[in-house]
Amino acid sequence: MIWETVIGLEIHAQLATRSKIFSGSATAYGAEPNTQANLVDLGYPGVLPVLNGEAVRMAIRFGVATGSKISRRSIFARKNYFYPDLPKGYQISQYERPVVEDGSLEIVLEDGTRKTIGITRAHLEEDAGKSLHEDFHGLSGIDLNRAGTPLLEIVSEPDMRSAREAIAYLKKIHTLVRYLEICDGNMQEGSFRCDANVSVRPVGQAGFGTRAEIKNVNSFRFVERAINYEVERQIDLLEGGGKVKQETRLYDADKGETRSMRSKEEANDYRYFPDPDLLPLVIDEATIEQVRATMPELPDEKAARLVRDHGLSEYDAGVLTASRELADYYETVVRGLGGQPKLAANWVMGDLAGALNKEALDIAQSRVSADALAGLLARIQDSTISGKIAKEVFEAMWSDGKGADEIIEAKGLRQITDTSAIESAIDDVMAKNPGQLADYRSGKDKLFGFFVGQVMKATGGKANPAQLNDLLKRKLSG
Amino acid sequence: MHTLTVSELAAGLRARKFSSIDLTLHFLGRIERLGPELNAFVTVTADRALADARAADETLARGEGGPLTGVPVAHKDIFCTDGIRTTCSSRMLSSFIAPYDATVVARWRAAGTVLLGKTNMDEFAMGSSNETSFFGPVRNPWDPKRVPGGSSGGSAAAVAACIAPAATGTDTGGSIRQPAALTNLTGIKPTYGRVSRYGMIAFASSLDQAGVLARSAEDAALLLEAMSGFDPNDSTSVDRPVPNYAAELNQPLKGLRVGIIREFFGAGLDPAVENCVRAAIAQLQQEGAVIRDVSLPSLPLSVPTYYVVAPAECSSNLSRFDGVRFGHRCEQPKDLLDLYKRSRGEGFGAEVKRRIMTGTYVLSAGYYDAYYLQAQKCRALIAADFARAFAEVDVVLSPTAPTAAFELGAKTSDPIAMYLNDIYSIAANLAGLPGISIPCGFVDEGGKDLPVGLQLVGPHFGEARLLAVSHQYQQHTDWHERIAPGYA
Repeated sequence: MIWETVIGLEIHAQLATRSKIFSGSATAYGAEPNTQANLVDLGYPGVLPVLNGEAVRMAIRFGVATGSKISRRSIFARKNYFYPDLPKGYQISQYERPVVEDGSLEIVLEDGTRKTIGITRAHLEEDAGKSLHEDFHGLSGIDLNRAGTPLLEIVSEPDMRSAREAIAYLKKIHTLVRYLEICDGNMQEGSFRCDANVSVRPVGQAGFGTRAEIKNVNSFRFVERAINYEVERQIDLLEGGGKVKQETRLYDADKGETRSMRSKEEANDYRYFPDPDLLPLVIDEATIEQVRATMPELPDEKAARLVRDHGLSEYDAGVLTASRELADYYETVVRGLGGQPKLAANWVMGDLAGALNKEALDIAQSRVSADALAGLLARIQDSTISGKIAKEVFEAMWSDGKGADEIIEAKGLRQITDTSAIESAIDDVMAKNPGQLADYRSGKDKLFGFFVGQVMKATGGKANPAQLNDLLKRKLSG
Repeated sequence: MHTLTVSELAAGLRARKFSSIDLTLHFLGRIERLGPELNAFVTVTADRALADARAADETLARGEGGPLTGVPVAHKDIFCTDGIRTTCSSRMLSSFIAPYDATVVARWRAAGTVLLGKTNMDEFAMGSSNETSFFGPVRNPWDPKRVPGGSSGGSAAAVAACIAPAATGTDTGGSIRQPAALTNLTGIKPTYGRVSRYGMIAFASSLDQAGVLARSAEDAALLLEAMSGFDPNDSTSVDRPVPNYAAELNQPLKGLRVGIIREFFGAGLDPAVENCVRAAIAQLQQEGAVIRDVSLPSLPLSVPTYYVVAPAECSSNLSRFDGVRFGHRCEQPKDLLDLYKRSRGEGFGAEVKRRIMTGTYVLSAGYYDAYYLQAQKCRALIAADFARAFAEVDVVLSPTAPTAAFELGAKTSDPIAMYLNDIYSIAANLAGLPGISIPCGFVDEGGKDLPVGLQLVGPHFGEARLLAVSHQYQQHTDWHERIAPGYA
């Protein structure tokens, strides 16, 4: 039987507000346990939640960016369950009426196919604290710094048909929330998390198969592996005559497998009901317009502009707009250079990306600033140095942080464009290699490269390549 | 001194007839002497009271301060008081020291009041007789065999026995008005949102509202004004100016349209209580009020609606008492589940558990629509009934409770009978409306005079009118001036 995979994702994006969603505590990551939890976060008797308006504006930004409906009136609900890191015994979330509904996002797969993924809803909620089970000798430690941190839970339609599509969608959301500056996207610190609902069905079947939910996988790679493992597991199960159970499964990154956490029967009855401590969230047209007016250029718009105005390929435009910081870097280089978008793109995606990768740095940590790179590329453009010499200069810039001009001068790398100087070097090389010269002249054209190499060697690589080509051709042919 | 009203005390303080220290010592003495037999206080804050009084006297000596500066008061033990034990009369919080002041506490403090102590109540405000308290029942000063009503029973007994000039209460289904009626006090529950709920330990968040128990409408006006107003810490508090209630007390009764709620004069109402209320209606009419019969057909739904909504909210509100961060924790828990079960099992009393279970049930998957959602619809019907009535009349009138004070233990084994005690008061909470109970006569029960209260309910933010009507009525009657024998 041929099987089709069906995937829907639930993404938790931690909103980049300075204070918590219902209290004034700070949200900064990494503080000493329980130092960023006030009476509201601790769920003390008598305290009440007060909604952080900034979190709402961030949710609206997301809604506008995904063409979603922004609910004029949405409701906060209580999700009731007992756990020590959930101080009130309920989580304030949105249930029946979320703030954002009915949006979509277009993904582009590696082969260039485009696909629209539906966004069912995105709702605001508070995060729980953390339970720490190690280091307490049979006891558990509770850190409530994270309790009350604002989350936007983004729920997709079950529109993805492979792990690759799921990853493309996940990355697209990841890019988007960072463009919108509503989430820092840090998966290690848990500010961007993903649960995957996975099921399989025979191709052609209209109804969905029974799904399993894979919880909290914390990297793109693991999400892909977890889905692929789960798809295989379900197919094996079904082909062996078994049945998929509706359950929650955990991905074990060490073993590369998913395993059962709890079944549907064991699932909590959360007893959702509207939170009487919070009024319905009413959003007026003016607020939405205000958010719309301050929207940044989004990745798709930016990529389209780079193709249209910069003449870049769709692929290059896609790579360069994958993060807002990278796109800003690239555009700063182009501005500094006063044009030459292709040259800039090649360098940003080539040497610069290579240097960053080698040290596992991200663009914000680059040792060569966009302005410095523009300075280097300007020297290629005005023929002071060749592209090849430029690579050497770039390495020097990367390691000692100096500017391109300073390095070119100090190392004497300025390109030789003086015709007589190049000619005299050619004459020398021809004189020293009579055998090769004779062979060339008798028809061994391939030896042209040998002569180029020798002259370059003699000039320390500084001869202007185009000039060298012309002059050498003329001289060799006698 | 102790039989003076708050307004009279304020005048005496300004005229230097006595100091706040004199007053405070006098009331602390009464609390020491008379408090134990009534069991009105959970915690007496003598040191704090004397410090507050000294500060108030200094303020007064400078010629500063407001109408409440130096007046001793008591807080229901549901309000958090910074550095002072706040128990909700539950074993769960029997040693809980609140780390902050409730907004109501902070406002009365800022107004210069002196804190005598924290009053006994039904556990987590769940009860109508003050018999569910972990600290034992409160007795009614009019007859120690009888209950003072609940849940603000300690506040009611303390003010009725003149061991505190006035006290705060909270009212979720009648918890200010019913004890006021049973102890001959004036008790007002303002509009939902008029007073901040911040720092008031939640029972049913959409119904809870703080208010005042006092010996006259004039006192209630002064005290209510001092606690009202928008609070950024409570999203359900309403940002709307607070009237000067005391200045509006002299609105005449003439032309006032009073609706008599037909549904609240039927079966279950003690005829002797009805007689008192009817006499009061006649009195109002004599003073120029226009009496009309009004029907609010959805009101019989109030009690069942309330006993879905309130337990639902309480089941969630009380989840935070889990033995983890504060409150009662069982000895030697063997695992997490054991910690939860025993801490909660030991910390909560029977009525609280009954309501948590009821509330958990009505919110459960498969029952939510049939109970909680249905109750919300009933709530809307009740609110609509009131809105229709207020198109025709200015206030509606009924008895506050169907009977005068009953004997301790009389209804403890029958929760339904106990719940029916709030049959006339619950609707105002469901509709978020202001209500007041004022003394309107006495019935004779076994040779003892027991007070009867009448209830007025007004449209949203109609507190000024309710207080004015009550004040005018009190200008023509002296029921409210009578003090329980032995406490004058």
